[in-house]
Amino acid sequence: MDLNYGTEMEDFRQEVAQFLDENWPLKGEEKDWPFEKAAAVFRERAIERGYLYRSIPKQYGGSEQPPDVLKGQVIREEFGKRWAPLEARGIGTMMLVPTLLERGTEWQKEKFVRPTITGEITWCQGYSEPGSGSDLASLKTRGELIDGEWMINGQKIWTSGAHLADYMFCLVRTEPDAQKHAGISYLLIDMKQPGIDVRPLRMMTGSADFNEVFLNDVRTPEDWIVGKRGEGWLVSRTTLKYERNSIGAAQQTGASFAGLVKLAKETKIAGRPAIEDETIRERLAVLEGYVKAHQYSGYRQLTKDSKREDAGIINMMMKLFSTEIGHQTAKLSMDLIGDEGLLSAGGAELGQRSSSAQGWIGQYMYSLGIAIAGGTANIQRNVIAERGLGLPRDAAADRSSGK
Amino acid sequence: MNFDLTEEQQMLQETVGQLLANECPVTRLREVFDSDTGFDEALWKSMAELGILGLNVPEDFGGAGLETLDLAVVAETMGYHAAPGPFLGHALAIEAIVRGGSDAQKQKWLPALASGERVGAVSIADAEGGWASNQWKIESGESISGEQAFATGGHQADLYVVGLAGSRLGVVEAEASGVSRERVDGADLTRRLVALQFNQTPCELLADDPEVARRLHDVGCVLLAADAFGGSARLLEMSVEYAKTREQFGVKIGHFQALKHQLSSMALDVEPGRGLYWYAAYAQDHVKDESERIAAVAKAHITDRYMDVARNAVEAHGGIGFTWECDVQIWFKRAMFDRAFLGHPGEHRRRQAEMAGW
Repeated sequence: MDLNYGTEMEDFRQEVAQFLDENWPLKGEEKDWPFEKAAAVFRERAIERGYLYRSIPKQYGGSEQPPDVLKGQVIREEFGKRWAPLEARGIGTMMLVPTLLERGTEWQKEKFVRPTITGEITWCQGYSEPGSGSDLASLKTRGELIDGEWMINGQKIWTSGAHLADYMFCLVRTEPDAQKHAGISYLLIDMKQPGIDVRPLRMMTGSADFNEVFLNDVRTPEDWIVGKRGEGWLVSRTTLKYERNSIGAAQQTGASFAGLVKLAKETKIAGRPAIEDETIRERLAVLEGYVKAHQYSGYRQLTKDSKREDAGIINMMMKLFSTEIGHQTAKLSMDLIGDEGLLSAGGAELGQRSSSAQGWIGQYMYSLGIAIAGGTANIQRNVIAERGLGLPRDAAADRSSGK
Repeated sequence: MNFDLTEEQQMLQETVGQLLANECPVTRLREVFDSDTGFDEALWKSMAELGILGLNVPEDFGGAGLETLDLAVVAETMGYHAAPGPFLGHALAIEAIVRGGSDAQKQKWLPALASGERVGAVSIADAEGGWASNQWKIESGESISGEQAFATGGHQADLYVVGLAGSRLGVVEAEASGVSRERVDGADLTRRLVALQFNQTPCELLADDPEVARRLHDVGCVLLAADAFGGSARLLEMSVEYAKTREQFGVKIGHFQALKHQLSSMALDVEPGRGLYWYAAYAQDHVKDESERIAAVAKAHITDRYMDVARNAVEAHGGIGFTWECDVQIWFKRAMFDRAFLGHPGEHRRRQAEMAGW
């Protein structure tokens, strides 16, 4: 065991730091540019140096570097220290691009990858439907090939960012006679066309990040399909292969916990700082046990990833583990803010952290959203039990998939 | 960054695991568990031959000269197999003598401990309660008198490292005059405890350095955490196995989602502890300013999880789980031991909070 990154990585760290000294924030007359413009220019320079979009080929706008999990981590750390713009986040960069690189045709990569990673175009994900949540493969939105075009009818739900997106990557049933999972195709759809009706869904926090999307006779060209007809389910499972950010989630729970300790120091219970209260101290200490376990599990994953070894069952647990720590953090924060727990979540946005009572209330509610999005906690438990522990698959799920 | 065990450590773990699987399978474990002494002399000798009884003894004194992490991965394996015998106290007695013994003292005791010829133990629980060195009450000196509870090693121990007032440590030979030991009716029959009485008993003091007692305590916490991780992993395996074989309502009970969720919650209690105990062990030798606190975090967290897993394991086995005949009870009681020995989780969390400056 060695927690140092080693001389090679420390040299690399120096190199990254020097690049950042010279390039962020921008210098000279570029200094006063608005953030978006500055970030775009900075990212181009960082790509040139091989620091961003490392797994994306140069011809599509990436820097095409050999996979190196540790370098990826060093870059994130150094960029993070100076608040330098990292890769544009968003579902297009995170989910669609890796899928296209793995399964897309040449023209699809040419057309979509570069503008997606520069943020020129944005995407939304058309997966869930009102009747198809955890049982996603039961989805009913139909796609029929008519005169060289897909004609799509149906409804998607929980579609984050659909009100802003230029395109949707979408799971559509194109083979109605095929077995459940084999009847689905992965289609790309232009959102700016008649027949698409986006209606915002107001969340319990009060803000509206996600939507219902109604598709009525929506059209998309025949070759805007990723993979073959009926392969959509497999295509949608394509995951980011390289340089997974194994310790990002653990760093987030660590930062949340630090915020909670700060809150406990600043809040008073019966005239004394809450942090001096025996019950609060005990609860913080209990929670910290989980936070530390999360942190070192992340280190272990990072190491395994860097050696291209499988970390095992822990990979399936990290989402649920983060979620449970998030719940505990949120609950304790509510107990700390006391009477201010009567307030609303204010204007808190997803992922935003705030030391104000309303920020914590927002996080209290969002921690539930996170428990549900991308596979509910109960589905995560099924995955751990079935794939991790090797328990028999759910009989009802087996029947519905025709096995 | 290499947060992983070395090949040597993995090999060490495998070798110890194989030894225990061969020489102390559950059938044998049960015999030792139900025996008068809780000691398996043949197993102790095999451990000695393998060199694991002197893992933390410097090479100059006949040991392997390894670090706390090496000791901890062995403790994990012991926990997994619920290995019976005085290993824990033996390793801790060595740790104290290595850190606090003069050259002459080391020469006198370490080679015989490393070879397993003599069994070391610790007596650091004050009779009136208290594992922390500032709670030890027996007056230190070349002759000591007083009582202590919960010394390790059962009736096998040949020498004790004893906690004395002023955070001092001394070594007492079990055969020395004025020593009487009484069996403690302990729950964990794989690790027997005794209560000691000293009456003007000769005692050799170790160095007057509170760091020695601190180190003994912290390494103890780490080894208990490692044992707890290994034991909880085993209980999870046993429960999963049972769910795959037991049938009710015409199907394997592992089909039922309620049980699946219970088992995945158990897995979530187990697996993330691995990195935590690794780091706590590593910190003892490499991250001085975190070593004490992280040992407290690991001990409190992982032994608490072990107890939760043990309770769930009993439930997951249904009626049979509540019987003496079911192996789960053996690990359940090790969980009780790991949780209570050296202080229960609440005490360590109080220290954790204090050390953070909360």
